[in-house]
Amino acid sequence: MAQATNGRRAPVPFRRLLTNARPTGAPPDGAPPPTPSAGNTRRRGVLAARILVPALALTLLAVVVLSSSVGTIDVSPAEALRIIVGHLVPGMPWMSDGSLTTVQDNAVWQFRLPRALLAATAGAALALAGALMQAVVHNSLAEPYILGVSAGAGVGAVSFIVLGVGTSALGVGGAAFLGALAATAAVYTLAHKNGRIAPQRLILAGVALGSLFSAVTSYLTITTHAQNVFSIMFFLLGSVSAATMNHLALPSAALLIVGLYAAFHARALNALLVGDDAAASLGVNVNRLRSGALVAAALLTGSVVAVSGGIGFVGLIIPHIARIIVGSDHRRMLPVALLGGAVFLATCDFLARTLADPSEIPLGVLTAMVGAPFFLWLLRRDRADSVGVGR
Amino acid sequence: MRVDVENLRAHRGGRPVVTDVSVSVPSGTVLGLLGPNGSGKSTLLRAVSGLAAPSAGRVRFDGTDITALSRRELARHVAVMAQEHSEEFEIPVLDLVLLGRIPHGRGYGRDSDHDVTLARQALARVGAAHLENRSFSALSGGERQRVLFARALTQDTPVLVLDEPTNHLDIAHQLELLDRVRATDRTVLVALHDLNLAARSCDAIGVLAEGRLISLGTPDEVLHTDLVRSVFGVESTAVAHPRSGRRHLLFDARSAPEPNDPTPANPPAPTEEEATTP
Repeated sequence: MAQATNGRRAPVPFRRLLTNARPTGAPPDGAPPPTPSAGNTRRRGVLAARILVPALALTLLAVVVLSSSVGTIDVSPAEALRIIVGHLVPGMPWMSDGSLTTVQDNAVWQFRLPRALLAATAGAALALAGALMQAVVHNSLAEPYILGVSAGAGVGAVSFIVLGVGTSALGVGGAAFLGALAATAAVYTLAHKNGRIAPQRLILAGVALGSLFSAVTSYLTITTHAQNVFSIMFFLLGSVSAATMNHLALPSAALLIVGLYAAFHARALNALLVGDDAAASLGVNVNRLRSGALVAAALLTGSVVAVSGGIGFVGLIIPHIARIIVGSDHRRMLPVALLGGAVFLATCDFLARTLADPSEIPLGVLTAMVGAPFFLWLLRRDRADSVGVGR
Repeated sequence: MRVDVENLRAHRGGRPVVTDVSVSVPSGTVLGLLGPNGSGKSTLLRAVSGLAAPSAGRVRFDGTDITALSRRELARHVAVMAQEHSEEFEIPVLDLVLLGRIPHGRGYGRDSDHDVTLARQALARVGAAHLENRSFSALSGGERQRVLFARALTQDTPVLVLDEPTNHLDIAHQLELLDRVRATDRTVLVALHDLNLAARSCDAIGVLAEGRLISLGTPDEVLHTDLVRSVFGVESTAVAHPRSGRRHLLFDARSAPEPNDPTPANPPAPTEEEATTP
């Protein structure tokens, strides 16, 4: 034991210089050699994921129940939980013994719960889409809207309103979904060259097309009748306030399908972390994985945008927080990001409708107010310089 | 596993980089590839590992054309250690080495104990066991090379393709890595820059110049002063190593450009020191 310590003593300060690890606060002189567990980021990540996944699931449940109970009509959290359980499990005694009023039941089951669930679904979908995008374009600044998806959805929805077809939520949503898919297809086609999808070209094409679409949206907004402007702004800022159980179908289905896809490709996504060539030499079909993940992300984003408008920053910040806490292994990071996104957006929506009660803060405003400072911090901290166009 | 390269041509960036290269590497032997910068070593190795499709010719592993193998099957035949590495996201060393098990596993699920054991053994073999929990991006150049070599070993393939694996390594680790390469029973294709080190560590040497394989044979057959002059434009002296008696090249100076040689326009890239010396 003593010999081992003696043998290792000399290299310790030197090794300390080489690692730019955060100082642990231990005095450098006479410090024992680092034990295998010291600074074990890997094991810490595994442990964090093991705790975080059930913790986030419970938090999500709590936020959804709380969100279902708060509003102008008095419902306690316990009553809200009873109403939810009563609708899901037939034959519960409290549903028919008159302890709950129809008004309470409607408030929870028709309005508050679908809204909370849609916020959670949208948050999970956007976070998953963001995590996939960042992995397949090798870029930590990538997010679901970088492919011009939201800008395309904006053009679709605004055209629908401006052309006077109507302002029905379903019609606007459908137009937005088509716009989102068209934009994705355009960016994908533009980025495809010589049988390869170059990440850098993909991002630049997405940004350029996004600007183009935004310009079209702005022009349409400024030249249309004043009465349309409110509908347009409401859509562009994003909201889940009009949610019904029907709205949940599309994003939930997308989330389920893409969730399974991501689970089966988590290891391949890990390989992509070290570069295209390295991943290919590890047996990953890089082009197929990149195409698949892009289509998956577009499906998620398009279905969310169609029902709730362009909710910003969730897809950017949540994957980063997940990565910082549990590491970049997608087998741990994706579930944490997915649940984290659900909790984040459900909480934001809860705040959006309670903070300024009785009026409502648009969800996109709230997420951006939390998200923008984080993004700026990321720009300062992260190796934004290394996101070179020449790579 | 035997590796046959037949009449291979390859382009890179729309430019022909490898022209009509044929070489056979018997099972379990080490072929060293030498040549000036830009002579096509990396492009040849990319074609052999199936990362880039050749524009003509073929590569066979034990007679099987590699284009008949799926990406995944190919990854169970050949492991690559290359120069490129993306650093956008951080990854711990052990996780990076475990990536080598991907072609053997499924798309999801945990790393098995067997996977982790193989990865740890490989790290120990390259003298990098103590780096296991460190972040790859925080490693020095030499430490990175050793970790990437460990990943290639963990992939557990009969063929290894190594593109300048000794870059950034100190002399002890250069010798250690090449001894490790020599000791394996795998078929190895390795690009190197140090002529004497290549002579010491390889069973056969192939010399590339302007994309053509201009010399192929045992180190003693291939490495002599005339070749060093014609390929690298460097004057050298061959001496016998006082202890081993093996031929050793001492480098004297850049060759004077020959007035009747029409192609002095493509000298090997001068080092900074040489460039600034008048």
